[in-house]
Amino acid sequence: MLRSSSRARGPLWRNPAVRALVFQAILLLALVALVAMIVFNTMANLEARGITTGFGFLNERAGFSIPQTLIDYSGNSTYARTFIVGLLNTLLVSVMGIVAATIIGFAVGISRLSTNWLLAKLAAVYVETFRNIPLLVQILFWYFAVLQALPSPRQSLAVFDIFFINVRGLVMPDPQPLPGFEAVLWALLLAVGMVALLVLYARRRQARTGKALPMYWLGAALIIGLPLLVFLATGMPLEWSIPEMAGFNFRGGVTIIPELMALWLALSIYTAAFIAEIVRSGIQSVPHGQVEAARSLSLPGNITLRKVVIPQAMRVIVPQLTSQYLNLIKNSSLATAIGYPDLVAVFAGTALNQTGQAIEIVAMTMAVYLVISLVVSALMNIYNARTLLKER
Amino acid sequence: MINKNKFLLALPVAVAFGASISSAQAAILEDVESRGNLNCGVNVGLSGFSSTDENGNWQGLDVETCRAVAAAVFNDPDKVVFTPLTAKERFTALQSGEIDVLSRNTTWTATRDNSLGLNFTTTTFYDGQGFMLDKSLGIENLEDLNGASICIQSGTTHELNLADYFPSRNIEINTVTFDTPDQTAQGFASGRCDVLTSDTSQLSALRLQLPDPESVVILDSLISKEPLGPVVRQGDDQWFDIVKWTIFAMINAEELGVTSDNVDEMKNNPPNPQVARLLGVDGNYGEQLGLSNDWAYNLIKHVGNYGEVFKHTVGEDSPLNINRGMNALWNEGGILYAPPIR
Repeated sequence: MLRSSSRARGPLWRNPAVRALVFQAILLLALVALVAMIVFNTMANLEARGITTGFGFLNERAGFSIPQTLIDYSGNSTYARTFIVGLLNTLLVSVMGIVAATIIGFAVGISRLSTNWLLAKLAAVYVETFRNIPLLVQILFWYFAVLQALPSPRQSLAVFDIFFINVRGLVMPDPQPLPGFEAVLWALLLAVGMVALLVLYARRRQARTGKALPMYWLGAALIIGLPLLVFLATGMPLEWSIPEMAGFNFRGGVTIIPELMALWLALSIYTAAFIAEIVRSGIQSVPHGQVEAARSLSLPGNITLRKVVIPQAMRVIVPQLTSQYLNLIKNSSLATAIGYPDLVAVFAGTALNQTGQAIEIVAMTMAVYLVISLVVSALMNIYNARTLLKER
Repeated sequence: MINKNKFLLALPVAVAFGASISSAQAAILEDVESRGNLNCGVNVGLSGFSSTDENGNWQGLDVETCRAVAAAVFNDPDKVVFTPLTAKERFTALQSGEIDVLSRNTTWTATRDNSLGLNFTTTTFYDGQGFMLDKSLGIENLEDLNGASICIQSGTTHELNLADYFPSRNIEINTVTFDTPDQTAQGFASGRCDVLTSDTSQLSALRLQLPDPESVVILDSLISKEPLGPVVRQGDDQWFDIVKWTIFAMINAEELGVTSDNVDEMKNNPPNPQVARLLGVDGNYGEQLGLSNDWAYNLIKHVGNYGEVFKHTVGEDSPLNINRGMNALWNEGGILYAPPIR
C-alpha cells in the first residue's frame, strides 16, 4: 500500500505508463519529421532541377498505343486511361495465373503422395525442375524458345480451320452476342442461385437423414442445362466472328497475344511447383490416424481425401498459399522483359519515360501493388478464419 | 532487370535524400576533373552509334562524342566510363547524376528539353523515322501497311509518332513493344511483326543484325524529324557550353579542313586566322569554357573532326554505309552549321 501510493505521488518520469506514452510520442514525432523532411527536400530538389511535378499529366493525351487493351484505348486517350489499361492487364494475368497455378499445384501436390510410383516420381520431377529455375529464365524460355518459334501467320497451325496458332499468338472465334442474349445470362445467374439453395438443402438433408444428394450431377445439369434451354428457346442469339487470313494478319476473331500466353504459362507453372509442396506438406501434417479412422468407417478413398484430409490440411495450406498468390501478382511485373503491357511496362515504363514524372508514377505503381496485395491477404484471411479448426 | 530498377528508383532516392545535389550540380566540370573521368550514358548496343567491338571497346558516333568531351577536358579520350542505358532508363540516369552527359541517339523534343530538367546541347545527327520490312511483301507506300503489326522500342518518340501518323490517315496498325533495340530486331526476325520502325540510321544498323540483310528493304518515306544529340542536366551553363562547343569545334574543324592527321602542322603554321583561333594559337577560347586553350586541338588530335568520325562510324568506311545527306556541311548541301569560334 505504502509503496504504491508513494509511486503514484512520485515524479512523473518515474511513472511507467507516462514514460511509455512519452517515448511513443517522441518516436511518432520523429517519424513525422522524417517523412516531412523527405517530402520537402524532394519538392525543393525537383524545383531546383526544373523538373515538372504534380498529377496534372494524368489528364494529358498519352499519344502511344498499347497492344492489348481490355477497355477502349487509343493514342488519344489520357495517361489516366493508360494507368487503368495497365492495371487491368496486370489483374488479368494475375487472376489467370492464380487459377491455373492452384489447379496444377493441387493436382501435382496430391500426385506426389500417390501410391502410384510413376505418378509420384513425375510430380517430384516437376516440382524440383520448375521451382529451381529462375522465373525470368522461364518466361524468356516460353516466349523466345517456344512461342517465337511458331510459324508465321501465313503458315499458321490450324485446328478445324477456326483456331489458328502462329508466332503472333492464338487466333480464335469471337462470340458476338445478338439482341436477346441477355436472357441467357439471366438464366445462368438464376441457375447459380438455385444451385446455392440446393447445396444448403442437401447439407441439411444429409445431416437429417445421412443420405447425400448427387450434387455434382445436379449442379452441372442446372448450370449448363438451364442457360442452354433458354439459348435454344430464344433462337440462338449469338454470332461467331471466325478469323480469316487477309493481307498482313487475321481479320475477325479474337487474338490472345503470345506475350500473355508466355507470361501466364511461366507464372502458373513456376508458382504451381511451390503450391504443390505446400499442398503435400499440408496433407502430411494431418495425422495418419485420421485416415485410418476414416478407413475403419469404410469411407471410400475420395471421400476420405475430400471430407477428412483436405479440410484439416487447409489450415496449414491457406496461409502459405496466400504468400504464393502475392508472389505471383508481384512477379507478373516481369512482363516488361517480353513486352506484355502490364502496369509496370506501360505505366511505370512508357508513361514514365514520356512524361518524366518518375516520382508520381513510381509512387502510384507501388501503391497499386500494395493495395492489390492487401486485398488478397484480407480475402485469404477471411477464408482462413472459416477453415480454422472449430474447437468445441 | 536489376539495372532498370536501379535507375527507376535512383531519381526518387536522389531527390529525396540528396541535400547536397544543388551544390554538386553547380560544377559538373569540377566533379569530372576530381573524379578523373567522364561518366557517359550510351545505347546498350546500336552498331554505328554505340556498340562494343570484339575486344569490348566501345565504338560509334555517340561514343566518339563522349571521347571528344573527355579529350577536351583531360587531353585523354580514354578517360570515359560508359554506362549502357535502355531508352526507358536514360533520362533518370542523367537526372539523378549517374552520368554527366547522355549521348544515346536521343531525339530533341520540347517536353524532354523543357520539363525533365535537362538541356539538349546541339544536334549531332539529323534523322527521321522510317520503316523496314520484308522485300517479298512488295510494299512501297505506308498506305499499304493497313493491318500490319509493327515492332517498336518502348519509351521512344517513335511510339508517339506512330500514334500520330496512322490513325489520322485511317490506317489500322498493331504495335508490338519491346525494351531494347536487340529485342525489337529479334521480334522482327522471328516474324512477330511485319514491319520494324525506328530512326532510319537505327534501321540500317539493325538490318545488319538480321540473318539475311538483303531480304529486307527500308522504305523511302519518313514520318518524323528526329534530331539526335547529347543531353546534359539543367542548371550548369558551363558544362552545357563545354559539351555544345566540343561538337561545334568538331564541325568547324571539318569546315576548315583540320583533320587528326594535319592538326599538328596546322597548329604550328595556321593557314588562316580561323584555324589559329580554333586550335588555340590565338585568343583564349578554351579558358572561356574553363578548359585549356588547346582544348579543340586535343579533341581533334585524338578523336578527329566531325567528317572523320562520321566516315568511320556510320559512313562509307563502316558497314552501315549511310550517306551524309542532311548531315553534310551547310556549304556541301547539308544542314550542318556550327557558330564560328571568335
